[in-house]
Amino acid sequence: MSHWNPRFEEMPAAELDRLQYRLAKTLVYRLYAFSPFYHARMREAGVHPDDVRSLEDVRKLPFMYKADLRDNYPDRLFTVPHEELVRYHVSSGTTGKPTVVGYTQKDIELWTESLARALTSIGLSRGDVIQVSYGYGLFTGGLGLHYGAERIGATVLPTSVGNTERQIELMQDLGATAISCTPSYLLHIGEVAEKMGINLGRDTSLRTGILGAEPWSEEMRRHIQEWLGIRAYDIYGTSELSGPMFTECAEQHGIHIWRDLALIEVIDPETGESLQPGERGELVITMLQKEALPICRYRIGDLSSILADDCACGRAHPRIERITGRVDDMLIIRGINVFPSQIEHVLLGLPEVGEHFQIVVDRQGTLDDMLVRVEVRKEAFSDKIADLMAIQKRVADRLKSVLNVAVRVELVEPGSLPRFEGKSKRVIDRRVL
Amino acid sequence: MAANEFIIRQISVFSENRPGRLAAIAHALEEERVNIFAFSIAEASGFGVVRALVDQPDRAHARLTQDGFNVAFTDVIAVRMRDEPGGLYEVARLLGEAGINIEYSYAYSGPAGAVLILRVDRPEEAIAKIRGAGKELISSAAFT
Repeated sequence: MSHWNPRFEEMPAAELDRLQYRLAKTLVYRLYAFSPFYHARMREAGVHPDDVRSLEDVRKLPFMYKADLRDNYPDRLFTVPHEELVRYHVSSGTTGKPTVVGYTQKDIELWTESLARALTSIGLSRGDVIQVSYGYGLFTGGLGLHYGAERIGATVLPTSVGNTERQIELMQDLGATAISCTPSYLLHIGEVAEKMGINLGRDTSLRTGILGAEPWSEEMRRHIQEWLGIRAYDIYGTSELSGPMFTECAEQHGIHIWRDLALIEVIDPETGESLQPGERGELVITMLQKEALPICRYRIGDLSSILADDCACGRAHPRIERITGRVDDMLIIRGINVFPSQIEHVLLGLPEVGEHFQIVVDRQGTLDDMLVRVEVRKEAFSDKIADLMAIQKRVADRLKSVLNVAVRVELVEPGSLPRFEGKSKRVIDRRVL
Repeated sequence: MAANEFIIRQISVFSENRPGRLAAIAHALEEERVNIFAFSIAEASGFGVVRALVDQPDRAHARLTQDGFNVAFTDVIAVRMRDEPGGLYEVARLLGEAGINIEYSYAYSGPAGAVLILRVDRPEEAIAKIRGAGKELISSAAFT
């Protein structure tokens, strides 16, 4: 079975347009009536629900920002009575107060439905054993995947994060066929397995990775697929949307966003103007059926684009390209925008160095100084200083040509850079501004 | 091949240039009861290469690799020099006149005499020249 819910997944584009418009219209009326916050914001923007007369008119609606969720901590944006809530998730507040997300029964149901469609679209079904190595608890990853996987009848192995050797033993003993975790944690699992003398491709039943919660790249996908002998799929979502919700289909070419659940736009993060398919910018998401914490034109801070071509799988649900960075992860080095994902991209193209890296930004006098620390691979190690300095120079030259800013490169011992089991924290910014 | 007995396997270790790295290498070798005959550190910005002639190169290689170090074997040769002014000049001139490039070298001088350890671009030819000039090369067996 390739479609979990053929009625929606096979719906033609014109019908989806009508459905999406009806859902958006309903959402706006509901927000205007039940969300004092969004009501006020619409009044400020001079927009009334009656002004939304087509799908395009959604663009007239005001944005919601991450700061709105923090400022209304913990529950002032909820639009249902508390007894309607069946769960809370709380996202870690890396930049201030945490964000609390409440869920009604229907919110959980649609989140699960979205993942059931997604997991089915990559070929998972009853009979698969899905190891959920996302954290369980306040973080949405673990429980989200757990419910989605159970819904399609797969067997869940809820290992959560950590205790990696045990994860590998269980993966072998219980025949896990798929794993869901961050790409950096899967790389860590691969390294630990190798030390244990286990090759994941050869010695386990693993053949699918559902990877996300941090930016990664096509090169990293190729590396994971070749090294671990699995197929790796991108998954996308954040707690504000409910959690991880959307994945690529078997085509591995863009993440399908179910149009009956979400309306996706891409805007220029500077001007707020709408961008065309194929143009990269900030994602703006409207959750069309979410009840407890409505999300309307939410500026999520992730950078991506809507793919312009149709998917070979035939679904008329739009796809976004993999997330290429965060608007707020962006480092400004001597006035130039630098994204950590660009650095990863360069390093994956250089066989002499590993894919782990650390960025240290400092200020020398009035000038920003950026240092990138990379591990020399065993195969590339030469006893000659000149060879090592040539590697250092090659990395620095490639980084400079891609980033348009000069970077210092430091070679470090293999295995010495921190590995992350959650979201990667690869940037140390020591600038005192 | 007769020349091969004079080619010595040197251990080379990549090391970050920060406190404690040499101690970590030396401690590992101590635990493996590996003795070091000669040793040098080459340094560049932020990193260095520790090179050593040891009595049990395979054991040293295995242990340091297990400890996560980048380790390689490199072929070097060791020439006995006169331990008096002009001793180094004799050897260096010999190689220079033969057009053999010295990539790096280090030396030790003790009661048993002075020894120059050389990494050259053409080791077989260097061995022939040095032996042809009547200089003594130390065989790899002497280190084990």
